[in-house]
Amino acid sequence: MAALLEVEDLHVTLETSRGPADAVRGVSFALERGETLGIVGESGCGKSMTALGLIGLLPERARTRGAVRLDGRDLLTMSEGELCGIRGNRIAMIFQEPMTSLNPVHPVGRQIAEPLMLHRGLNRAAAREEALRLLDRVGIPNPAARIDAYPHQMSGGQRQRVMIAIALSCNPDILLADEPTTALDVTIQGQILDLIRDLVDERGMSLILISHALGVIAENTRRMLVMYGGRVVESGPVGEVFGRMAHPYTRGLFAAIPRLGDGRARDRARPLATITGTVPELADMPPGCAFAPRCDLAVDACRLAQPPLLSIGHDHVAACIRTDHTVGVPA
Amino acid sequence: MLSVRDLTRHFTLPREGLTAPPRHVYALNGVSFDLAAGRSLGIVGESGCGKSTLARIVMALDKPTAGRVELLGEDIAGLDARQLRARRRHFQMVFQDPYGSLDPRQQVGRIVGEPLDVLEPTSKAERRQRIAEALASVGLRPTDADKYPHEFSGGQRQRIAIARALITRPSLIVADEPVSALDVSVQAQVLNLLQELQDRFGVAYLFISHDLAVVEYVCDEVAVMYLGRIVEQGPTGRVLSRPYHPYTQALLDAVPRAAADARPRKVLQGNVGSQIKVATGCPFADRCPRVEGRCHDSVPPLRVVEEGHLAACHLA
Repeated sequence: MAALLEVEDLHVTLETSRGPADAVRGVSFALERGETLGIVGESGCGKSMTALGLIGLLPERARTRGAVRLDGRDLLTMSEGELCGIRGNRIAMIFQEPMTSLNPVHPVGRQIAEPLMLHRGLNRAAAREEALRLLDRVGIPNPAARIDAYPHQMSGGQRQRVMIAIALSCNPDILLADEPTTALDVTIQGQILDLIRDLVDERGMSLILISHALGVIAENTRRMLVMYGGRVVESGPVGEVFGRMAHPYTRGLFAAIPRLGDGRARDRARPLATITGTVPELADMPPGCAFAPRCDLAVDACRLAQPPLLSIGHDHVAACIRTDHTVGVPA
Repeated sequence: MLSVRDLTRHFTLPREGLTAPPRHVYALNGVSFDLAAGRSLGIVGESGCGKSTLARIVMALDKPTAGRVELLGEDIAGLDARQLRARRRHFQMVFQDPYGSLDPRQQVGRIVGEPLDVLEPTSKAERRQRIAEALASVGLRPTDADKYPHEFSGGQRQRIAIARALITRPSLIVADEPVSALDVSVQAQVLNLLQELQDRFGVAYLFISHDLAVVEYVCDEVAVMYLGRIVEQGPTGRVLSRPYHPYTQALLDAVPRAAADARPRKVLQGNVGSQIKVATGCPFADRCPRVEGRCHDSVPPLRVVEEGHLAACHLA
């Protein structure tokens, strides 16, 4: 049986003032029904552009290449009208900033009811009834009183709950969450991630969770992709990737996070591990491995050609030709 | 070197009616701490806990409703603008957003040299020399002085902001979330730089952050704030490994761990309470998993629970 969602060699090219920039450069993955997938990477790695590319929400003048198949139908070749029938219905998205992704001039109840009337054909009264039920499910206290509230009358966490209610309204097959908790306080972040996880379990939805935080990915998804310079540099089951980190970038990212209580605190003789240099500009990507200029293990071959994805273990691959120096070697 | 006593800041909200009394936002409700030269104190808390108000008052950008801020033995809250200007070279600030805090139309040399021009005008040659030194100390080249901010990445811009703070050779740098806008790989570079600069110049940091791991890495001491009060304070290692206050525990529990066997953990329910109401009891009582009757009756004082370790909890 084919996967629910198949992304094959997805390319996204943006028009910038410095000419065309390849934000996503050949990303492929498959998502099964009920599977949870995390995409992790730093700014400019193409993770958000991949997400927007999946549902046709890229900025104007962006071009896509490759295929994104939902149940075998390619979303990239669909008309805007056909896509509208899928967006918010079969694939729903939660954005980072709950203040700007909700409409400030409409009460939240109407915003939840909108997809219900549009996609499920409910009348106004039935949609309001359903919106109440959804608000209750996402944990808004006293939903009957809050359904007519405007977004500015709610806290950041509550607004994100409303976003989730909107995303859930049509029982989507895939929930796409792009940094859903980055703008929230840590204790609220935990609540929202719990809610997303419970809902995914309860409804058998697939989840694509995008985050810059390795911890968020580790706790909430079963498979993960690490992106760098518009490409997937490592992917596999979360336990496998954390257990046997293969790509030097994944290892560098992991080593650079200050971790609570690892005994390094105040030990100035041992500074935090860093990755030298910065993320490359999209418009002038190096020809070979995009990470080569920052990589301690890089050899000439790394700079000449893009390394292929090589198998590291069961369902675990990394785009690196030097993994004999990384896998199993303590960082 | 820095001594803050019973700092209180209330903001008055506009009246809602002609006869209604105006309401207040209780941003700070009696905050006290000391910071010694060359040491660093981390201030941790969620939005609305008053940590940014605290930073603004310590920087003398805002006046407290009550309380004292003593820097090098002088109450800076009582000084007038001219006296304050003469003292400003001793304390500088690094902001969160390295994009918004540098003027895009000024060259880096002018940005970094500006505190010098304003606070201690020097000869042209010395000015150039000091700018080059400041840039070198944060790992930038002297030639970078002729470039504009847009030519630099986020991490490099934060280095420029740090160079600007360092140029007057201050005793104290107030850093408000200095790395939270940076990517993980770059964040580590800036954190290492901050430590190195402290070792070299003996500058003290008041380091405001929501990230406990970053605070543990940078700070000798940490103060956890909740609704305008310090609820726990002490040496960083001890507070974060053996917290007494349930809120500190909850903050620690909420940090997602990047590990192969990561499991979701208990999370705190509810939201941070309103800053407009004054709680009669413990401000954390509404969300506290261990709440008891007495927690609603009186505000627990911040008291010593172990040597050098303070907590404001009836149960501690």
